[in-house]
Amino acid sequence: MSDERPPTRYTEYHPRWYRPRVSTWWWLARWPYLKFILREISSVFVAWFVVVLLLQIRALSRGPEAYAAFERWLQNPLIVLLNLITLFFVVFHATTWFNLAPSAMAIRFGGKRVPDLLIVGTNYAAWAAISLVVAWFLVRS
Amino acid sequence: MAETISLEVLRYSPERDAEPSFQTYDVPLRKDWVVLDALNYIKDKVDGSLTFRWSCRMGICGSCGMMVNGEPKLTCATFLSNYANENKPVRVQPLRYFPVIRDLVVEVTDFMTKLQSVKPWLIREKEKPVSDGEYLQTPDQLDRYKQFSMCINCLLCYAACPVYGLDPVFIGPAAIALAQRYNMDSRDEGAHERMDVLAQHEGIWGCTFVGECTKVCPKHVDPAGAIQQYKLTATIERFKTFLMPWAAR
Ligand code: SF4
Ligand code: FES
Repeated sequence: MSDERPPTRYTEYHPRWYRPRVSTWWWLARWPYLKFILREISSVFVAWFVVVLLLQIRALSRGPEAYAAFERWLQNPLIVLLNLITLFFVVFHATTWFNLAPSAMAIRFGGKRVPDLLIVGTNYAAWAAISLVVAWFLVRS
Repeated sequence: MAETISLEVLRYSPERDAEPSFQTYDVPLRKDWVVLDALNYIKDKVDGSLTFRWSCRMGICGSCGMMVNGEPKLTCATFLSNYANENKPVRVQPLRYFPVIRDLVVEVTDFMTKLQSVKPWLIREKEKPVSDGEYLQTPDQLDRYKQFSMCINCLLCYAACPVYGLDPVFIGPAAIALAQRYNMDSRDEGAHERMDVLAQHEGIWGCTFVGECTKVCPKHVDPAGAIQQYKLTATIERFKTFLMPWAAR
């Protein structure tokens, strides 16, 4: 009998309780839950971009022909579609985590907690700055 | 505006019912009435057998937490008029994820045991004698934990937490926030004692940062923040004992 239930210790000798079950579809019940699940799923897409990047580096190290083949592969409509979806999820991943950053970091400065907006803002600013540097490199070449 | 509003209240009698069911009541819709007032009206005037917990009716005791239209709420702080325009009954259910004893009353021993396991009190390595006076604290030091000390144990955060629902061994938002309340207190020296309980899978690492606990908290405790901040502390401590084993306690 005891192994049907989680090992939480409830009061003994108590009248019958009703124990509601958690539905398998609990994450569809509310938008914040769905958003949370999407955020978790987004990690799969982040991993996919890492794989693409590794393939790109491998192609690069194998010389111009391999790289041209890699670029052709990138132009495959299916891959383009997949990468578009991935881009959406990666942006979703980044923004949701940036927005959550302040609650994970209680940074204090001069005896006061740094306002949330400043922490989020710094994250976005760093993102924008790094993107600009990358873009500058791409445009220059 | 309609004169009355319907309430759909979950009823469960352990002696009679195998399953709970909803019962609908019409109550006067008054501008200054909260959901708890409606429940008290039902108990006084319509059906004396309706069972629910409450005490302070001013957001202090933390005993009137229920699900109102699917959201965890302090019923003494949730106005009926917010639901007046929805043209459907207001659903009142017991707090989610807890076993139901009767009607709207849930069993909370699980939380009480967990709360105790994180030792939510000031721990001193050596107590100083009373004659030496009190432990002093600056406003700045107070400010570090004050937010976490506002918790009223209403358990709305547990009812909002799918991790607790799916895996009831999870220590949960309020207990961790209250552990942090003492960890951050300059007078406390018990952080390492609490770490054993907190830094395990059922502790902070069970949390996947859904963040709903913070949203539903009526006291702005920010338990999700407390947990993430503690994840950082625990990681740093782990690296410290890894790099400097001699410094470990
Ligand atoms: S942390 Fe907030 S929601 Fe959770 S028990 Fe305390 S007061 Fe209630
Ligand atoms: S009755 Fe005390 S918090 Fe609502």
